[in-house]
Amino acid sequence: MTNIAVDLVFQFLQMTVVIGLAPLLTGLVRVVKARLQRRRGPPLLQPYRDLARLARKEAVVADSASWLFRMAPYLVFAATWVAAALIPTFATGLLFSWSADLIAIVALLGSARFFLALAGLDVGTSFGGLGASREAMFASLAEPAMIVIVFSLALIAGSTQLSTVAAAMTAGVGLRVTLGMALIALVIVAVAENGRIPVDNPATHLELTMVHEAMILEYSGRHLAVIELASMLKLVLYVSLIICVFAPWGIAIADAGIGDRLAGAALYVAKLGVAGVLLGVFETSIAKMRVFRVPDFLGAALMLGLLGALLLFVSRTLK
Amino acid sequence: MTGLSFDVSHLLAGALVLVSFMLLYQTRLFALLNVFALQAVVLALSVAWQAFVQDAIHLYVTAAIAFAFKAVIIPVALHRIISRLGIHRDVENVVGIGPTMLAGLALVALSIVVMLRVVNEADALAREDLAFALSVVLLGMLMMVVRRNAVSMVIGFMSLENGLILAAAGAKGMPLVVEISVAFSVLVAFTVIGVFLFRISERFETVDARALDQFQGDRL
Repeated sequence: MTNIAVDLVFQFLQMTVVIGLAPLLTGLVRVVKARLQRRRGPPLLQPYRDLARLARKEAVVADSASWLFRMAPYLVFAATWVAAALIPTFATGLLFSWSADLIAIVALLGSARFFLALAGLDVGTSFGGLGASREAMFASLAEPAMIVIVFSLALIAGSTQLSTVAAAMTAGVGLRVTLGMALIALVIVAVAENGRIPVDNPATHLELTMVHEAMILEYSGRHLAVIELASMLKLVLYVSLIICVFAPWGIAIADAGIGDRLAGAALYVAKLGVAGVLLGVFETSIAKMRVFRVPDFLGAALMLGLLGALLLFVSRTLK
Repeated sequence: MTGLSFDVSHLLAGALVLVSFMLLYQTRLFALLNVFALQAVVLALSVAWQAFVQDAIHLYVTAAIAFAFKAVIIPVALHRIISRLGIHRDVENVVGIGPTMLAGLALVALSIVVMLRVVNEADALAREDLAFALSVVLLGMLMMVVRRNAVSMVIGFMSLENGLILAAAGAKGMPLVVEISVAFSVLVAFTVIGVFLFRISERFETVDARALDQFQGDRL
């Protein structure tokens, strides 16, 4: 009984940590990019202030908007938060992680995207429709790539359950070329899904090539705050996913003591910081692509995933 | 065959197939040359690892030849040819990158399925090396088919030959004489192709292979 209570406490702690750190990670990436471009840039805590300001403001809704438009931000946020709660960030075997696996996480993110695209179409402005159609185009390539990566990981670790995958990776699975390919493919998918630089520019909504910003152009006030928070959360989610699968060292294995779990949490925050700096450097060093090159970019991720699965098949049959 | 040496050779051979895909993905000529040099480096590493595992001294020579010719001499020479001819640097594909990638994947799957069945008796390492070598050969052929630019066709041909060397290194007992003569014949082929490139671009003012189509003689 007490065990379940402790697990529940840690599960809620994990959900709070994830949502509390989400704006900080976005702020960190912005600071790194600003410094690399020799700008002073906004302070680290600016995203928190932006969210607080938006939450205080009045929400203006277009006349043509239906109930869906008002519901969509909360649906998107809820789906993303549940997906984030399922990822073992600093400890495996948390209470919720047994209820759903990687495929469920992909499905949750897919439904979040679906509602956001519907909301973009709902008002009937041309920008919203444009953003929604582009998002659908990217998603149709990013999701298969993600699923193929999930299959390769599941073949290596013997399960699609993230807790089991992280435990297997900590225990060591040998030298696998498939893992390298899956890592690159997952990074490509994460960059595309979060609308980071080679695919979409998160810093502006004044470009004709924008995708994510085009869909949420009509939102304001608390709706916009919730959507912004959901997209920051999505960034943390993908980074945590990559950390938990490819760099799980120091993660507290199930049934670990409270001290181990706190140490795991501190290490997790440090890893997030490293990932944020790397993302900032990557975004500064690369130019944005044309929209019609993005399918090639995502196609490369799909190809890497499939090739990795094929190579895995070869080494499996031979051994 | 211990686990680690199998894993490392799997890694290197898989990387070679991956670099073949990078060649197919690349659309700029100089980047294509760099990727080709990278493929030669991976090939040299792979052959050197085979030499270490099989305890075969002559394979080190093969690795050194592959590195010197394929990673240094041929890319530098092609680089100079491209600069001297002032070739248009974007490569045009006959079909788009997406379908090409899918076709490449199908070829890799085909060679794996075929090779794993055919060489059922041999040991694991040789079977795997042969499967990957056949993939690299087929991907090189695919590259020669889907590209219009004569320079990238040359690179497709050279990467096809990389696959042959990988197969030769995996199969035990390939004599050194054969490997050296293969390496030199590739160099000769490269020289001939270089002369052809100069001729083609002199006469048609382009290295686009479509320009040759109208000189096919009697067409049925």
